[in-house]
Amino acid sequence: MTQANKITGAEIVIKALIDQGVDTVFGYPGGAILPIYDELFQQKKIKHILVRHEQAATHAAEGYARSTGKIGVVFVTSGPGATNSVTGLTDALMDSVPIVVISGQVPTFMIGNDAFQEADTVGITRPCTKHNWLVKDTNKLAETIHKAFEVAGSGRPGPVLVDVPKDVQFASGCYTKKNEIKKKFIKKESSIDLNLLDEAISRLERAERPIIYSGGGVINSGQSAVNSLRNLVAGTNFPITSTLMGLGSYPASGKNWLGMLGMHGTYEANMCMHDCDFMLCIGARFDDRITGRIDAFSPNSYKVHLDIDPSSINKNITVDAPLIGDVSQILSVLIARWKERGSKVNKKKLSAWWKSIESWKAVQSLGYENSSSVIKPQYAVQRLEELTKSYNRFVSTEVGQHQMWAAQFMGFEEPNRWMTSGGLGTMGYGFPASIGIQIAHPNSLVINVAGEASWLMNMQELGTAVQYRLPVKQFILNNERLGMVRQWQELLHGERYSHSWSDALPDFVKLAEAYGIKGIRCEDPAMLDDNIREMIDYPGPVIFDCLVEKHENCFPMIPSGKAHNEMILGEQTEENSISDDGAVLV
Amino acid sequence: MSLKLKKGVNKQSAYNLRDPNLDYEAAHTLSIIVDNESGVLARVIGLFSGRGYNIDSLTVAEVDPDGHRSRITIVTTGTPKVINQIKAQLNRMVPVHEVIDLTLKGKAVQRELAIFKVVANGNQRVESLRLADVFRAKVVDSTLKSFTFELTGTSEKIDAFAELMAPLGLKEIARTGIVALLRGDNSS
Ligand SMILES: Cc1ncc(C[n+]2csc(CCOP(=O)(O)OP(=O)(O)O)c2C)c(N)n1
Ligand SMILES: [Mg+2]
Repeated sequence: MTQANKITGAEIVIKALIDQGVDTVFGYPGGAILPIYDELFQQKKIKHILVRHEQAATHAAEGYARSTGKIGVVFVTSGPGATNSVTGLTDALMDSVPIVVISGQVPTFMIGNDAFQEADTVGITRPCTKHNWLVKDTNKLAETIHKAFEVAGSGRPGPVLVDVPKDVQFASGCYTKKNEIKKKFIKKESSIDLNLLDEAISRLERAERPIIYSGGGVINSGQSAVNSLRNLVAGTNFPITSTLMGLGSYPASGKNWLGMLGMHGTYEANMCMHDCDFMLCIGARFDDRITGRIDAFSPNSYKVHLDIDPSSINKNITVDAPLIGDVSQILSVLIARWKERGSKVNKKKLSAWWKSIESWKAVQSLGYENSSSVIKPQYAVQRLEELTKSYNRFVSTEVGQHQMWAAQFMGFEEPNRWMTSGGLGTMGYGFPASIGIQIAHPNSLVINVAGEASWLMNMQELGTAVQYRLPVKQFILNNERLGMVRQWQELLHGERYSHSWSDALPDFVKLAEAYGIKGIRCEDPAMLDDNIREMIDYPGPVIFDCLVEKHENCFPMIPSGKAHNEMILGEQTEENSISDDGAVLV
Repeated sequence: MSLKLKKGVNKQSAYNLRDPNLDYEAAHTLSIIVDNESGVLARVIGLFSGRGYNIDSLTVAEVDPDGHRSRITIVTTGTPKVINQIKAQLNRMVPVHEVIDLTLKGKAVQRELAIFKVVANGNQRVESLRLADVFRAKVVDSTLKSFTFELTGTSEKIDAFAELMAPLGLKEIARTGIVALLRGDNSS
């Protein structure tokens, strides 16, 4: 290639992103990434969203990615910019969200000298990315960025980081097109073990007490996996439950839906998991929030596990039939073979199983005592659900009790509509995520169901919401408590409420006004509906300060160290129910 | 009762008859083919330390300069479940091309190289030289007061030699850690 064909590293970065179909980048500039920002300034294809903190850029990119199925992209500068992205990278790794972070770095000749704003970014982010690269040669830059996208989006998706020293951004080099890259780094996908598949199908046909337990993997696998899952449920009439990450893959209005399972899942979902004789786990990973006590987890079931990641197999729970590969592929093979064999299920036993399920449902584990004087948080979420479900709606959450109530009381009919921090449980996720979602879906209703404490962790993003006129609705269930922490202290630490209240809270309405947006405060259950409608109708960002009961606990709950059939249903039965062993667990 | 052996495993091994949930810990020698790029060793070691796996021995060097591939040989200890996790986690890494469990695959040649410095006079000096001969250790350096021996062999052989040399003035040892390859004409 002649000198004339060469372009600068910064140009290569932008060109590679355009080549990858990127239309939006979330970021924050600084010295070590200035050449890239200079290129950004001189083009029109990529829109840059200036956040107010790099952590928010990563969460916004996650929200963007999870609500679109595309890859989220982030720019940060070296040193503090890069270290601020660590929480978002870890969050994306835990929840398998594909994001590409491009970080500036000090020039190659200064690396290792404790230069200004130097940090060992690839060292720091190695354990919290799927892979990362330090690019020292401008000629390798395009190839590396294309690889980064490939790695982020393939197999089990996840975050990657490309660290680009400033001199590499300035230097000239050759551009390599996306389709000129060999895909040699893609791991070969293993073929399905057909013997095992047939064994699994024959178990499915004979199952007396089956359960389908699906997770985020179904959503990551895409619409065809979602369709297959729905077909399988309809064809078999098996009950289905999902993890926090899997909500929406099966519609909440579907007749086989049991609600979420796990620590704060429904009684019927957890009882099914415990008592079943056949479990079909699809794209979920037997996380400790799901299993409860490992040695008492679903003791009598034949377990089939569909997952793209071999390291998820037999990690926490040993299964009988691991089927490794893309969930949509395995599901379609499984369904095809099951149909070939006559689409059989054990109908008679199945209807008896549904009778037990009905009796568990009758317990109404999500029940709570409502009040006419104070807003119960569950009631607030229920009303929010009622008044917004007919909209083209996306929901994000922060982390805490409000998150669990949102998962329990909101219904999702489609995948990619529910964005929450599951694996890492990152307070501060929801607000920036809602910004990323709204950027991707400008005409949709985007609501962040928040707790006041979590929301404060990234409240600086009000500036971003206002700057880009993003009508995100911040629905804060304000209990003036770190509610989930308070709940654990009540149940596990002798009601010693060590530092679990939110003191010195701002006046959220005035805060909204300070940013020139709308603030609504509601403390009267009778006003709730009107106020929620007002929030929906307002054509801009809203902070909704919903003052709720301060000491409400989130039930049902499987205490740490307990089995599924030992869940606490409500206040009256909780005495002595958590052992000291359980208190050690998180 | 027919033996339920998994496909592709060494039929002579009783390993696969074991309940994978047993808390039976065993040493496994893993041979890992990786891209020889900067940071790759840190990635592998980081995986072991981050997830709490053991490293009993580790060696690494480039073995394919044209393909820029290195072979990392790790000896690790764990229950069958943990060993399976380690292999799956390693396989997930982008620069990892192959993970071969030499312990499961059958017989492997496992060797270590060690250098011993023995400082002694008189009878002890003579005795150390005699024992070195028995072990086929080479003298690679000597002064009037010392010998430096080079010894290659299994780790047990090196342990044994070290034990014998200890009372004869052994001052320092350097060991490479284990390198290993599958026996026979199969390349792994
Ligand atoms: C960054 C971070 N720090 C600490 C925690 C531990 N934690 C989990 S929930 C919670 C309280 C959340 O309070 P709030 O956002 O008000 O929600 P609530 O439980 O009251 O609904 C805390 C501190 C966390 N998950 N994330
Ligand atoms: Mg709170």
